[in-house]
Amino acid sequence: MKLVLERVQSSAGVFTLDVDLTLSSRAVGLFGDSGAGKTTLLELIAGLRRPQSGIIRLDDQVLDNPSHRIHVAPEARGIGYLPQDGALFPHLSVRKNLDYGRRRPREARRSTLTLEATLDALDIADLLDRHVSGLSGGERQRVALARALLASPRLLLLDEPLSSLDDAHKRAILPCLTRIRDEFGVPLLYVSHAADELFALCDHIVVLHRGTVRSSGPPNTVFEKVTLTGHRLVHRSPL
Amino acid sequence: MILAVSDFSEILHITLFTLGVAALGTALILPGGIALGWLLARKRWPGKALVETAVALPLVVPPVATGLILLKVFGRRGPVGGWLEGTLGLEIVFTWRAVVLAAAVMALPLLVRTARVAFEEVPLRLEQVARTLGAGPWRVFFTVSLPLAARGLWAGGVLAFARALGEFGATVMVAGFIPGQTVTLALGIYHHVQLGQDDRAFVLLAISISLAFAAVALSETLLRGRNRSRAE
Repeated sequence: MKLVLERVQSSAGVFTLDVDLTLSSRAVGLFGDSGAGKTTLLELIAGLRRPQSGIIRLDDQVLDNPSHRIHVAPEARGIGYLPQDGALFPHLSVRKNLDYGRRRPREARRSTLTLEATLDALDIADLLDRHVSGLSGGERQRVALARALLASPRLLLLDEPLSSLDDAHKRAILPCLTRIRDEFGVPLLYVSHAADELFALCDHIVVLHRGTVRSSGPPNTVFEKVTLTGHRLVHRSPL
Repeated sequence: MILAVSDFSEILHITLFTLGVAALGTALILPGGIALGWLLARKRWPGKALVETAVALPLVVPPVATGLILLKVFGRRGPVGGWLEGTLGLEIVFTWRAVVLAAAVMALPLLVRTARVAFEEVPLRLEQVARTLGAGPWRVFFTVSLPLAARGLWAGGVLAFARALGEFGATVMVAGFIPGQTVTLALGIYHHVQLGQDDRAFVLLAISISLAFAAVALSETLLRGRNRSRAE
């Protein structure tokens, strides 16, 4: 996976995101304060928001280039998106949620992402006939993750997927994410404030600050000095 | 109060006619009203504020004024009425079609406003995630937006139907009072009171209130159900 954001600018009110990035790691962590532009950046990559200028490219495909009026619709990008609350469809059962974007084996980009393997990796086989309103927070996130994977994405965007879960649920899901990255080979772009999640999953970290890239590189380089406060990461370096 | 068999027959006819035109009027505006509600809730387009205001006008303009506009537009020499009669041979004013037209126009604002709120309450994130799962805008509309807004849309439809049931001012302007052809419950009440036939007017009044009560109660039940399911 090679994701290129070339002088990408996007404005909403007084906030402007202005980034220039090339990412080619298996799992990239996106870090920054509230209002740094993390969700805006994910929405741009997913095609849910259009940049005012710049080019967004995934592998050999140009996804956005406003100066040439290019904008690939979200449904044609093959980029999965998991928001903070999972966004399961409340009017559908777990099975129907999973089927919503599911690719037939022939259409799937990865042969490893079968229904059985996904259910097994996320341990949700026994939830199939449940209604989503009866699921716990952790179950909801695992189902949402499975739904995104079954659409066979070539890149999966995760927007603080564990932030609303307690530690026990976090501990249960983190190994699933590692497995998705390694066994299924799905590249991840992972937004989080938590140090343990970023260090466990990501081999590259991007720090955003007020809409611009402050730092980008391997975790140990980017976080010159880290202090763990509970499970929250506080970075003291000027970055 | 003693009513003759012919009175019951007339009352039954008026009641069924009113229910029929209200249902037809609501059915006619349902697809367009829902589409407009969605466009107002989810899209930005030039002239949106103007359309929004124009759709709300029948709520605040005197119904007879709306009726007069309809009379001029759909009359034989009106731009739309002349064309309909010339090309399709359809007469509108002073026929049952005018009653349906008046009911539809007067009910439209309630439907559009309720539909707009119903669509606004569907979390945008769900529609966005559906797009990232490979669904195009039409599939997202029919499989996510519409089912999640359904209760609100039903409530809006029932409310529009209730408004159409009670329509008077615009109807009397554009359809007149033609016994057996354009007389609704509201027109019937007015007519019988004018003639001093209070007993008949009270029967029509009781039917009107019963129908309106049932429709509004159903609409409220649907809206309460929507709030409950959202809270879960």
